[in-house]
Amino acid sequence: MNLFADALRWLLDPAQWTGTYALSTLLGQHLLYTAVSVLIAAVVAVPAGWLIGHTGRGREIAVAISGAARAIPSFGLLILLVLLFGVLQVPAAALVTFVLLAIPSLLAGAYTGIEAIEPRVIDAARAMGMTPWQVFWKVEFRLGLPLLIGGLRAATLQVIATVTIAAWVNLGGLGFPIIQGIQLNRFDQVLAGALLVAVLALIADLLFALAQRAAVPAGVRAAGGRARDEPRTRGALRAART
Amino acid sequence: MTWIIDNLGLILTLTATHLQQSLIALVLGVVVSVPLGWIAWRYRLVRGPLIVLTGLLYTIPSLALLMLMPALFGYQATQPSNLVAALTIYNIAILVRSVADGLDSVDADVRRAATAMGYGSTRRFWTVDLPLAGPVILAGVRVAAVSTIALATVGTLIGVTNLGYLFTNGLDRRLIEEVFAGVVATVLLALIVDGILVLLGRLLMPWQRATKTASRVRRPAVVAGSAA
Repeated sequence: MNLFADALRWLLDPAQWTGTYALSTLLGQHLLYTAVSVLIAAVVAVPAGWLIGHTGRGREIAVAISGAARAIPSFGLLILLVLLFGVLQVPAAALVTFVLLAIPSLLAGAYTGIEAIEPRVIDAARAMGMTPWQVFWKVEFRLGLPLLIGGLRAATLQVIATVTIAAWVNLGGLGFPIIQGIQLNRFDQVLAGALLVAVLALIADLLFALAQRAAVPAGVRAAGGRARDEPRTRGALRAART
Repeated sequence: MTWIIDNLGLILTLTATHLQQSLIALVLGVVVSVPLGWIAWRYRLVRGPLIVLTGLLYTIPSLALLMLMPALFGYQATQPSNLVAALTIYNIAILVRSVADGLDSVDADVRRAATAMGYGSTRRFWTVDLPLAGPVILAGVRVAAVSTIALATVGTLIGVTNLGYLFTNGLDRRLIEEVFAGVVATVLLALIVDGILVLLGRLLMPWQRATKTASRVRRPAVVAGSAA
């Protein structure tokens, strides 16, 4: 436990909170990279996923993409893009890596959300005279939202983990104290960085879990209809690990 | 191509090491997850906390986990067993759920029929419950295997040698070909192991083809994951 005391002392040292590599700056970089790349990925993947879920076409492609993506080592993809972009373009290469890694989870979240809806519910909406747009916006979007947020959750956690590793190519972020500490044999610093990253991931996970719960429409919650869909769909949202 | 041809020996050696590390983590993950999954399935009260706990472990980024565990348990971070231990933890997080879901998927009537035929609970578990839960468990094992193989490359960051070495070494030497070879070798290894698991499933669970509709309900969802 002595190690943890050292890590805490390192964390609380005012020297860690000033200068170029101040922990607050590193945290800011970590959050910014994560937010920007998940947002870009969402703009691409969510409409595509909705279209697949709504029309039922292209489902095989989405399944194949998310299945194959699991086999790609994120660290290798990062290094490959860094070398392809040129070492001076590290931030751009890293951003592209993060976006690519976030897409499969978001795609899966968007289409499984719509796919998991009982077909009779959609039929009922049509029978009530809803236009396709109304069916999407008033029924499919609302009922699919919890799973979409699940996809967002998986994508965010994956990107948080990959940003950590990206400290290896001098991207900054909370991986910096870990990577630098390993090279300097400073294990108080390594452990402090690891604790910060773990806490960041756990907080993000918790916030998304709450959002996911809040996104379940009141009527569905009252009917208890969500539980049945869960085992079938939650596997799709299991994030990859980085 | 020249780099790859000149270094084929190195790539194969690294692939063998990589496979060894991943397989140990996978086997350990299965061995721990079957009893844990059974407990989660059998005792409803334990299920929630157990799934939440393993889920939280799964949330921790690999580089952090690789540093936290040695500090907690007092061993060297830079040894291969640290990597294997972290990979095992992620596998347990995936598989405990698969085992519990798999046991859920066994028809209660089949279970009652086995009991009526005089099967004790141990014999019923090994000869009825576990085989019938097989397809769902296998789907989880496939996910675990593929993501373990991809993730193991992170080991190179803490000085554990496997296919990830081609990434860090390729970066140092600015050799795109080397990094590319590493990515391709990792993906190929993952796909081959996945294919072997599918074949193994067909061999060990021949009844699956006859009752395909039953297993199809669950399979797509698990296969359709995200990853990297």
